[in-house]
Amino acid sequence: MGKKLLLKNAHIEGIRYFETYRKHGGYEAAEKALKMKPEEILEEVKTSGLRGRGGAGFPTGMKWSFLAKPEGVPRHLVVNADESEPGTFKDRYLMEFLPHLLIEGMLISSYTLGSNTSYIYIRGEYSWIPDILEEAIEEAKAAGFLGKNILGTGYDLEIYVQRGGGAYICGEETALLESLEGRRGNPRLKPPFPAVKGLWERPTVVNNVESIAAVVPIIEIGGAEYAKIGVGRSTGTKLISACGNINKPGVYEIDMTITVEEFIYSDEYCGGIPNGKKLKACIPGGSSVPIVPANLLLKTINGEPRYMNYESLADGGFATGTMMGSGGFIVLDEDQCVVNHTMTLARFYNHESCGQCTPCREGTGWMYKILKKIEKGEGKMEDIDLLWDIQRKIEGNTICPLGDAAAWPVAAAIRHFRDEFEWHVNNPELSQTQNYGIANYADPIPAVSNS
Amino acid sequence: MSETIAFKPESLAQVHKIIARYPEGRQKSALIPVLHLAQKEFDGWLAVPVMDYVAELLSITPIEVYEVATFYTMFNMKPVGKYVLEVCRTGPCMLKGSDNILDHIRKKLNIKDGGTSEDGLFTLKPAECLGACGYAPMMQLGKFFHENLTIEKVDEILDLCRQGAIALD
Ligand SMILES: Cc1cc2nc3c(=O)[nH]c(=O)nc-3n(C[C@H](O)[C@H](O)[C@H](O)COP(=O)(O)O)c2cc1C
Ligand code: SF4
Ligand code: FES
Repeated sequence: MGKKLLLKNAHIEGIRYFETYRKHGGYEAAEKALKMKPEEILEEVKTSGLRGRGGAGFPTGMKWSFLAKPEGVPRHLVVNADESEPGTFKDRYLMEFLPHLLIEGMLISSYTLGSNTSYIYIRGEYSWIPDILEEAIEEAKAAGFLGKNILGTGYDLEIYVQRGGGAYICGEETALLESLEGRRGNPRLKPPFPAVKGLWERPTVVNNVESIAAVVPIIEIGGAEYAKIGVGRSTGTKLISACGNINKPGVYEIDMTITVEEFIYSDEYCGGIPNGKKLKACIPGGSSVPIVPANLLLKTINGEPRYMNYESLADGGFATGTMMGSGGFIVLDEDQCVVNHTMTLARFYNHESCGQCTPCREGTGWMYKILKKIEKGEGKMEDIDLLWDIQRKIEGNTICPLGDAAAWPVAAAIRHFRDEFEWHVNNPELSQTQNYGIANYADPIPAVSNS
Repeated sequence: MSETIAFKPESLAQVHKIIARYPEGRQKSALIPVLHLAQKEFDGWLAVPVMDYVAELLSITPIEVYEVATFYTMFNMKPVGKYVLEVCRTGPCMLKGSDNILDHIRKKLNIKDGGTSEDGLFTLKPAECLGACGYAPMMQLGKFFHENLTIEKVDEILDLCRQGAIALD
């Protein structure tokens, strides 16, 4: 059994409610934190080595230390609950089942940052979750953990929940702030960074739901103890939302020392692949990170086992590795079509591009159209090169990283599964009724399976 | 224009509560939540007079409302059926058969993507990842998600809709 910090009490009936949460040690970390100085809490978070769980993996303590503190200007904490990256549904789990863990984390974090009004920006489609969060907020308020003069410390905090309107781009932190201000979700040019000019031009920290929840165990056990869990710069625990062709899809907390193989095949986690099918490929960190074939997923190019942590997943760079990203773990079995899967992702990014930058707006549209053509058996060999060319022209040439996020899945699919794209081009009819099967390098079975 | 359009008193109270979450003069921040309320109260879509009414409520210009309403996929810019079936079709759902679910609904209700059935009951809106990838295939119907769908489950849901026996809110 791996170490559990966030989900250790998730199985307890009624843990969603204040009374039960409190009975199991809830808000003790907040009581401890409110007796500390904000600088001391910041030190604990820095020592913990916690890296942002929203996808980029930026050290949370460092981010907090950048927050500007001009005299007389309010500051804000905004929790990013936009969670729209395909494959990712872990924040939803935390909010639905452990809302008080998030509220407690927000209390500690807001106190540390000096925010008296903090917001949770939640994707609009999670439309039943704001009720759960608002109920938790009311309960915490009634118990004196929110509102005015919390626990007699003189510290005031209000937390509000704001629903978005359905736009993946609003997960990007500056687009989120635009949306929270009542505008289209167009990412802002940086600098200025939100830490200096964020919500309503005030200094703002934007953090992922899981990052803020993790602050609770960090205070509970101390930053140094937290840092001992995991390995290297992958400290603490990470939530992984697993989906696709596995026996037990769901949300798992891992301590980042297990191998990818164990995660997929052990009964504690994904429980293997249904119907005895073979593993073909995996996108381990949400749709934006590179897809890798089975052999490169389970072992690095040097033949070392691959582990479920930031460094190991990234080992080999984009040539042979991938990324931890948001922890959205998507498994494809031997019957799945990489071209079709990539096409759905290209459609997603095209749909979600905010349209401000030409390479992203136009490029995502082109990639989707070309992939659709190849998928339908109407593609030409040149189309594969054209795709490669387009994705390269998007990467690095846009205001926000959505452009890169759209380019990488296409690049990785072509890099590792070019055969399969070519097979679609060469077999326009067959490809409509059959799948290419398992990739050559994933397993030594013939390129075209007849299953 | 807005003479005939007005929120129910409870909703209006809700609007004021939302505005109070923001600093003085930042009432525009309430726009998306208020549009959600408006869409719910005024037939599931945002007609121009409804958007103008929202602009007036928030003391902003109508264009500020239009540009936001058209940006976000949850806001419907034309009339929709009573039941809007939002079926996810992104990668993880596709792996679990969302294409079959979509095809079944298209055939059964004789509608195209984005279209509304002749009886005005159903609108089909293919959706991109809704954060239920582990419980795929799935669809959103009103406030709730229906997950681990099968063709049989979809038929059951459609029947319940026809009987008016499904929770939307
Ligand atoms: C297109 C795009 C979508 C994003 N979506 C999310 C999201 O849904 N949730 C999230 O926490 N971060 C998301 N991010 C990352 C945020 O910009 C930001 O880095 C993050 O919220 C910071 O929190 P963290 O440091 O705690 O991870 C997204 C970034 C991009 C470029
Ligand atoms: S990269 Fe795409 S999503 Fe990001 S700002 Fe440019 S157009 Fe918008
Ligand atoms: S892909 Fe359908 S809910 Fe995520």
